[in-house]
Amino acid sequence: MNRVVITGQGTINALGMSVPETLDAMSNGVCAIGPLAFDNVDRLNIQIGGQIKGYVPQDHFNRSQISLYDPFTQFAVIAAQEAIAQSGLDFTKELAMQTGVVLGTAGGGLQTQDNNYRTVYQDGKNRVHPFVVPRLMNNAAVSHIAMIHGLQGPSFTVASACASSNHAMGQAYHMIRSGMARVMVTGGSESMLCFGGIKAWEGLRVMSPDGCRPFCATRNGMVQGEGAAVFVFEDYENAKARGAEILAEVIGFAMTSDASDIVMPNRKGAANAMRLALRDAGVGPDDVGYINAHGTATAMNDKVETAAIRDALGAAADRVMVSSTKAMHGHLIGGTGAVELLAAIAAVKDGMIAPTINHTKTDPDCDLDVVPNIARQEKVKVALSNAFAFGGLNAVVALKST
Amino acid sequence: MSVADKIIAIIAEQAFLEPKDVKPDATLEQLGIDSMALVECIFAIEECFDVQVPFNANDPAASQFDISSIQSIIDAVEALIAAQKT
Repeated sequence: MNRVVITGQGTINALGMSVPETLDAMSNGVCAIGPLAFDNVDRLNIQIGGQIKGYVPQDHFNRSQISLYDPFTQFAVIAAQEAIAQSGLDFTKELAMQTGVVLGTAGGGLQTQDNNYRTVYQDGKNRVHPFVVPRLMNNAAVSHIAMIHGLQGPSFTVASACASSNHAMGQAYHMIRSGMARVMVTGGSESMLCFGGIKAWEGLRVMSPDGCRPFCATRNGMVQGEGAAVFVFEDYENAKARGAEILAEVIGFAMTSDASDIVMPNRKGAANAMRLALRDAGVGPDDVGYINAHGTATAMNDKVETAAIRDALGAAADRVMVSSTKAMHGHLIGGTGAVELLAAIAAVKDGMIAPTINHTKTDPDCDLDVVPNIARQEKVKVALSNAFAFGGLNAVVALKST
Repeated sequence: MSVADKIIAIIAEQAFLEPKDVKPDATLEQLGIDSMALVECIFAIEECFDVQVPFNANDPAASQFDISSIQSIIDAVEALIAAQKT
């Protein structure tokens, strides 16, 4: 089996318009969650989120692109640009045939749907813009990245709610491992911060009106974010031969299905996903220095995830650092695993352990080292990144320093 | 603005040209209007004049809407507007 390494990373999210900006914000424990600004926000009960501030599409795209790209595509294209530029890859005719794009998203072009439903239902118009379908389709981001960079290998979009990005990156990893592809552009994107997007989530009563406080006794729900992160996964031999800078090695991936409940998390399913990821990676619980938790800050998730980490790691759970960066950038739903992989890479590459901010009171049900409030500098060999989706679909990525 | 001027302005915007550079005898191909830009033009024409343009992207030749030149599009839209008034 081929070894798989990461040679490029890119992002745009509430913490920053690039990877350096985002990592700087994470290491300083910046909270990018604030008042939401969009049409009809006054009709929402939940009015906070991790919205990208100062984002002007015209700074990145021409008019034709803007008319064709939903925000979730714009974010993915921007992140891919940064990742591919960093990788230094030159997509020759031969390499382009062996390079694909697999991204995760849950809502796809939700803002396009929201705007056009408003046009036909609320405004009573009988005509919509011709690009509604090419904008809203969930594979639009993948296809535009493939077109821009001429990538002709295996490409598709994965949708598994909050685990979409981890599932996508798992597919990319397996494709290189098996020899199906030499390079994969992978990650995820989401742009659900619009009236319809938040209104739908309000219905479930799992959203916090005042902030995201993972693993804290005062936590009262999740807060949404938006943006994308995209990575270049590459066959290790290919990266080595061209002298590329290797950010981290992907050493394992596992996924499980709880087969139990459509919204409630499940301790056994989550624990098994972590156990199987470690087995796939060929490492033991003691090797794991950092876990980027799913850590949504709902009452149930954080309690169940803590128990699952204890089940999977045993005594080593008392020594592992666990943090949820969602308190800083919000929950990016289908894009969240990708943005959170940035923190896992920073841990194994630079020893920068992103904190769990907004932590004011210890919860006995969340008795792990959650790296409260302040980032740490500590050498980490192996990191896990967890994503547990509604519907009980769990996906865990394992990384190693090189 | 006359109907012709409005149509030329719509096409010029899609073609990234100045209206003065969109001549009535030009074809869409000469102006660099591809199939995607064409459906955007038709959408803009429908919005501008509140008409229904009988155009089928599957088979443009079979449509009752002549797009062979800028002048033919102007004539066709004027006919649609006239038909709507009667």
